[in-house]
Amino acid sequence: MKKGTLKQILLITDGCSNKGENPSAVAALAFEQGITVNVIGVLEDSQTEHDSGLQEVEDIALSGGGVSQIVYQQVLSKTVQAVTKQAMTQTLQGVVNQELQQILGPNQSLEDLPPEQRGEVMEVVEDLGETCDLEVLVLVDTSASMTDKLPTVQEALFDLSVSLNARIGRNRFSIYAFPGKKTAINKVLDWAPRLDSISSVFPKLTSGGITPTGPALKEAMYQFGKKSLLRSFRNENRSDVEEA
Amino acid sequence: MKIDQTSKKREHPLPPGTIISGKWHRNQYKIVKKLGNGAVGTVYLCDHQGNRAALKISSSGSSITTEVNVLKTLKKVQGNGSLGPSLLDVDDWLHPSGARYSFYVMEYVNGQGLGTFIRLNGDDWLGTFMMQLLGDLEHLHRSGWVFGDLKTENLLVASSPPRVRWIDVGGTTQIGRSIKEYTEFYDRGYWNMGSRKAEPSYDLFALAMVMLHVYHPGRFDKGNQPEKTLMNKLGSTRQLKRFQVPLKKALKGTYTSSSQMKQEIATLLMYRPQTSPKMTRATARKVTTANRDRSLLESISILIAAGLFYLFHILLI
Repeated sequence: MKKGTLKQILLITDGCSNKGENPSAVAALAFEQGITVNVIGVLEDSQTEHDSGLQEVEDIALSGGGVSQIVYQQVLSKTVQAVTKQAMTQTLQGVVNQELQQILGPNQSLEDLPPEQRGEVMEVVEDLGETCDLEVLVLVDTSASMTDKLPTVQEALFDLSVSLNARIGRNRFSIYAFPGKKTAINKVLDWAPRLDSISSVFPKLTSGGITPTGPALKEAMYQFGKKSLLRSFRNENRSDVEEA
Repeated sequence: MKIDQTSKKREHPLPPGTIISGKWHRNQYKIVKKLGNGAVGTVYLCDHQGNRAALKISSSGSSITTEVNVLKTLKKVQGNGSLGPSLLDVDDWLHPSGARYSFYVMEYVNGQGLGTFIRLNGDDWLGTFMMQLLGDLEHLHRSGWVFGDLKTENLLVASSPPRVRWIDVGGTTQIGRSIKEYTEFYDRGYWNMGSRKAEPSYDLFALAMVMLHVYHPGRFDKGNQPEKTLMNKLGSTRQLKRFQVPLKKALKGTYTSSSQMKQEIATLLMYRPQTSPKMTRATARKVTTANRDRSLLESISILIAAGLFYLFHILLI
């Protein structure tokens, strides 16, 4: 099996979008493009998990094929890495399940195998999770209510980098904040193998009033596209040269 | 998919007496009581044909499968039978509601928590347990694995004779990979003291944290200077003073293998202060003079007593 690159968007927000297209629809579109959308909803200490504003968090992840969790900021670090890793396993398991169906016939999934064989399949999933390449675009909501949570977000992202860089496979991270000053999103950190450099970047963030989650997601999706476009462009060039 | 902590708690309210029957192997287990919640699923004490066993059940089939894989590997590598509980059965259970649960059955380890045991039986056991743990870790590391989620809650002291046992092996990871499961307080990555790559020194850091946790059961925050916080805590814990040097090395990642640490702990434990048994000539002389003085005193007092008796005797006559 060829080891591909897993693509994820990790959206960290604290509430409802109020501008632009429906974020769930955009997330579904991203999923179609092979990008998983995970969402972490950060609660105020006074909020409860069942706050209505946070239903959106679950919906976006559901249509984005990803994982969602709603947490208080104290446990953000552990959550960020757990969500990312779980989404990886989930995606890979989906891929392996598809392969299984090709071998065993339709309507056969991992759970239909006896426990002994299931163990062998899970080993394959784990191997893939350890060795595959991973690209994570972190999209941070920096609207007014998030301001006091940003230091914790930063710590959590650093922790994520510690976790993922212990893997054998390669990682690339980038961070975007929304809303941007004039555009939908603002680049905080361009694609990099580690997140150590964020300490100097994050404090500059300015917080605004609107929360255009949908447009921001769409723009984030485009950041993956742009990069792969550039890559395929380069590849074409190379093949041209070879032919000449 | 949604990870919801509240629903995790509500997942298996299995009342005592529930019969769990396996879909594949057709074994039946009767739930006796709940033992606890792991990172994945719930553990119950159960009864299988009159024998007690522990049963771990979860709706996440893949997580159960991953843990079973680890238990199987441990079974292959374990020497004296102390690397985790032994695996007895793996199966699925179809709940009457139609939901499918995966479970595995393992040996039931009955014992006390490490902290409780030491509080009840004294600090002398600490060194012994450290030696036992280091021996087990050495064995595991030699086989190419790292325990990962080593923490006080995952250790039990089985009784007669007291022996530390590992009960939750969910974090066990192949050396060179990324740690599968960890708990922040015991994780060197959290303390900025190293990576989350599975290597022997990762477990040794966690082991040192276990020792600190025994005497600081409330845990403590890392503060702005995590390393300094750790060193201060270690320095101020009276009961750990004896092991301060090896524990500090474990926290700093100086050891590359558990046998190095075990060696140093052993040296500390076997150390005897060189005073009582040997007797120099000077002290011997002192002892004999003291003895002579004492015998003189004794004979005088006997003489006086005899004299008194004699006087009484005369007076009475």
